[in-house]
Amino acid sequence: MPDAPGLELIRGEIEQDHPGAILDTGFEHGCASMSIDPAQLLAVLGWLRDAPGQGYRFLSSLHAADYLPAEPRFAVHYELLNRDRVERLRVKALLADPAAGPVAGEGGLRAGHGPSSTPLPRATRGRNGEEEQSNPLPEIDSCVELFPTAEFQEREAFDFFGIVFAGHPDLTRILLPDDYVGWPQRRDFPIGGEPVTFTYNERNYG
Amino acid sequence: MAEAAEIKAPAANVSPAGGTAGGTAPEDALATGRGGGSPAATGPAAETTEVMTVNIGPHHPATHGVLRLIVDLEGEVVRDLKPVIGYVHTGIEKSCEDKSYWKVIPFVERMDYVSYFFQMEAYCGAVERLVGLEIPPRAKYLRTIFLELNRIHSHLVWLGTTALDLGAISMLWYCFRERDRILDLFEMATGQRMHTRYFQVGGVIEDIPLGFEAKLREFVAEMPVRVGQYQALLDRNEVFLSRTKGTGIVSRERLLELGVTGPLLRAAGEPWDLRKAFDYLAYPEMDFKIPVGTVGDNYDRYRVRVAEMLESTRIVEQALDALPDGPFIADDRKYVLPPRSELSTSMESLIHHFKLVTEGYRVGPGELYYAIESPRGELGCFVLADGSAKPARVHFRDPSFVNLQAFRDMSTGSYIADMICSLGMLDPILGGVDR
Repeated sequence: MPDAPGLELIRGEIEQDHPGAILDTGFEHGCASMSIDPAQLLAVLGWLRDAPGQGYRFLSSLHAADYLPAEPRFAVHYELLNRDRVERLRVKALLADPAAGPVAGEGGLRAGHGPSSTPLPRATRGRNGEEEQSNPLPEIDSCVELFPTAEFQEREAFDFFGIVFAGHPDLTRILLPDDYVGWPQRRDFPIGGEPVTFTYNERNYG
Repeated sequence: MAEAAEIKAPAANVSPAGGTAGGTAPEDALATGRGGGSPAATGPAAETTEVMTVNIGPHHPATHGVLRLIVDLEGEVVRDLKPVIGYVHTGIEKSCEDKSYWKVIPFVERMDYVSYFFQMEAYCGAVERLVGLEIPPRAKYLRTIFLELNRIHSHLVWLGTTALDLGAISMLWYCFRERDRILDLFEMATGQRMHTRYFQVGGVIEDIPLGFEAKLREFVAEMPVRVGQYQALLDRNEVFLSRTKGTGIVSRERLLELGVTGPLLRAAGEPWDLRKAFDYLAYPEMDFKIPVGTVGDNYDRYRVRVAEMLESTRIVEQALDALPDGPFIADDRKYVLPPRSELSTSMESLIHHFKLVTEGYRVGPGELYYAIESPRGELGCFVLADGSAKPARVHFRDPSFVNLQAFRDMSTGSYIADMICSLGMLDPILGGVDR
């Protein structure tokens, strides 16, 4: 991992080429991370990959996280790896929820799933087409061009968090069924409450 | 399809009666250098230029789990391929958010059900680093022993099932015989044959029992002999060689682009192993080599994994020789259960025990990605802590999931039979892919 001063050096160099791209840097538990402006994601990732002396050419992992109730709420994490220097660097692109407003705050961390708690995503969700109109999704550029390994992982982040990766060649659900409605890894999505599809006993003996 | 026109030329000048192997093989299959073996398509099928989309799976014995493949076939040649996954998705990552930290361990073990110790290590290691808990040396060595035993176990399952796909049924019995001995060892030390929940945050839950060391040494002495027997069965087996040599080649650069790690990458000649690259557990003190291949075909993948079994055996032996005395779990009562014997005499221990079992421990806000070398490649665990007693997010970067993306490159342009071989050599565990 780059140490804390090394991280600041990288930050300084990126700032020269792409002013305003780095919002924050952090160094905790021996791991370096930088928060970036999502609009300049590809510029920063491309710089880290190709700039001489850097060479973070391997994307170990791409995953999303939901920081509810913090704002901005979502983050896409890019765990970059420099295999020559054996250094890891986490690039975090923080994304606000465009559907926020009163809804996200009220939902809370452990929203119940009775009909009374209206702001649940489940209640407001329609079919895929309507959904995007009624509930806009956070959007970020896809990095599949830079790192082809991101293809499955971006689909996974879309599947579970509803983060749209613009420019992804095939942005469909990957682990959940295609007709599934909702973004289940979001923190305001309740655990449980899935309808039971095997109803034989219920029907015959219930 | 655009490719349909290109294939017409080689297929057209083949007489249906010309039955020798390779004669009717389309250019792509020949370009991979296979020197015959399984008969290529003859008769009416050879003249077919129509692309047919065939569904394979999800319930097919050769897909090593619940994997569905949508394959575009032109005769017997794979033109395009799309894996469809998610059939055994169980929402483990979501469920983890509703469990206290120590209850997550048995959950994550069940993702990749062949290498459960690795998931435990990735998760426990991540939490230990988040709370800043140093594990005692004996625990490091014990973990190393069990991880490497698990690696041998995983490769044995792979070797047995893949050789079975290629028609070598006796390999399955021999491999599962040794696998059973490893499971016996697991059972002896942990009480469970699979999903042992042996690693804890802070160390391991119990010390190894009396007699375990002797039994393990017996196994370690025998394993190289057994590996020699596997090689004697396969290395000069004409069917096995002609089906693995020269098939499923993907270049090292492409594999790196696709994020492929583990034996697949090493078979292509890239000596990348997290056990050497990063400093974790007792690996820095171990003397072992990283087997690498040269061409990156299925045969190299086989050789690399078999060589890894021997290297893992060496690591187990060294770790056993150097196993330090001392505690097997950290002595931090805020995170580690107090010894059972103290509960009846010490009020404080009882309180700690009660708090740990009911609420669990809290982890201060933070996030961490911790990656280790699993039998299939880089297994990473991302833990996001929000200060409560439950993780806010547990994400696994499963090597099977990422490696599966290379399957299209491995199979396009090859025969469907080679695709089955490549899938076996890819060694995906669908429980890990779907989580």
